Amino acid sequence: MNKFKIILNGIITENPTFVLLLGMCPTLATTSSAMNGMSMGLATMFVLICSNIVISLIKDIVPDKVRIPCYIVVIATFVTILQMCMEAYVPDLYESLGLFIPLIVVNCIVLGRAEAFAAKNNAFDSMLDGVGIGIGFTIALTILGSVRELLGTGKIFNIGIYPEQYGSLIFVLAPGAFIALGYLIAIVNKLKTK
Amino acid sequence: MAKQSSFGNMLVVLTVITVITGALLGYVYNITKEPIALSKKLKQENAVKEVAPDFDNSPIEEAYTVTINGLDLTVFPAEKEGKKAGAAVQSKTSIGFGGEISVMVGFNADGTIRNYRVLSHAETPGLGSKMEEWFRTDKGDQSVLGKNPATDNLTVKKDGGSVDAITAATISSRAFLDAIANAYAAYTNNDATTSATTQTGKEASHE
Repeated sequence: MNKFKIILNGIITENPTFVLLLGMCPTLATTSSAMNGMSMGLATMFVLICSNIVISLIKDIVPDKVRIPCYIVVIATFVTILQMCMEAYVPDLYESLGLFIPLIVVNCIVLGRAEAFAAKNNAFDSMLDGVGIGIGFTIALTILGSVRELLGTGKIFNIGIYPEQYGSLIFVLAPGAFIALGYLIAIVNKLKTK
Repeated sequence: MAKQSSFGNMLVVLTVITVITGALLGYVYNITKEPIALSKKLKQENAVKEVAPDFDNSPIEEAYTVTINGLDLTVFPAEKEGKKAGAAVQSKTSIGFGGEISVMVGFNADGTIRNYRVLSHAETPGLGSKMEEWFRTDKGDQSVLGKNPATDNLTVKKDGGSVDAITAATISSRAFLDAIANAYAAYTNNDATTSATTQTGKEASHE
């Protein structure tokens, strides 16, 4: 497969949020602001790339019956490393993402790509797939976060667009996440069918 | 693709993978241990500096714990040129809308509230979370800065007090003021009884 196509595949054709609808839990929970959404996307991308590379390297020595536990151990290791590094060097961000960093372990995008791609392809292609899916996820979360932050508080990345009192609080809360995501998926589908 | 599974190779592969990842995690843990402790300490120091009156002692090292209403509160005494200048109290309450609220409250020597900083909370975003700014904004009767919990009735107006509650977040406001009351109780508790004992405790720890 064309190398460039692998990356593009993750961003558009198989965008994890808008097309595959994977990893909805962190998508809905962490996108209360554009900054949080983007950081969550980047954190997931880091784990995706690392776990995809390692899993594609060990796929030939791992017995079939224990492959899922092995993959989970690999993924959990990278997540824990990420968590400790974030707590040490970017404590503010770590605090705002909170519980959702450890929860990357059970994010079905990561395990899904391990099973669907890394376990069948070589390390370089798997890395590209991690980059692609990671970028796709980051873009999706950043867009969703921006929309919610804009409608909810009148800001994007903490830069004021219009006065806060005209914002509608519901978009910062959980119901707004569902509403915004639903409309975004509808828009993406509309654009794709054209 | 993957190999045939047998008891032997499953055991070996799982063991090897867990040993390697375990070692890797231990290594990263050791590297990040110090920065993590440092950033936690820094955060506490910044909060104390922000709310407490000017001091030239080291409140963090002289901190002591007081139990109020079953909650363990930490008092960071502030001294200026050997005289008591006030304190920062790391206070909390468990009656928040979303559970526990932790607030660092600074008191002047006369017991008036100097400043506060919300350390952690789980209140509703956009409603209860406004307490981070609300109670120090000088508008109507909503600010608690410069008030003395002993003489000013620091409860929400709905409960017969003198403070404007956050619009649509009375429970959070009540909880916040409860945390302030706890902090004040911890602070005055020190004045009356424990200042002598902590002084000796401090000297003992220096030896």
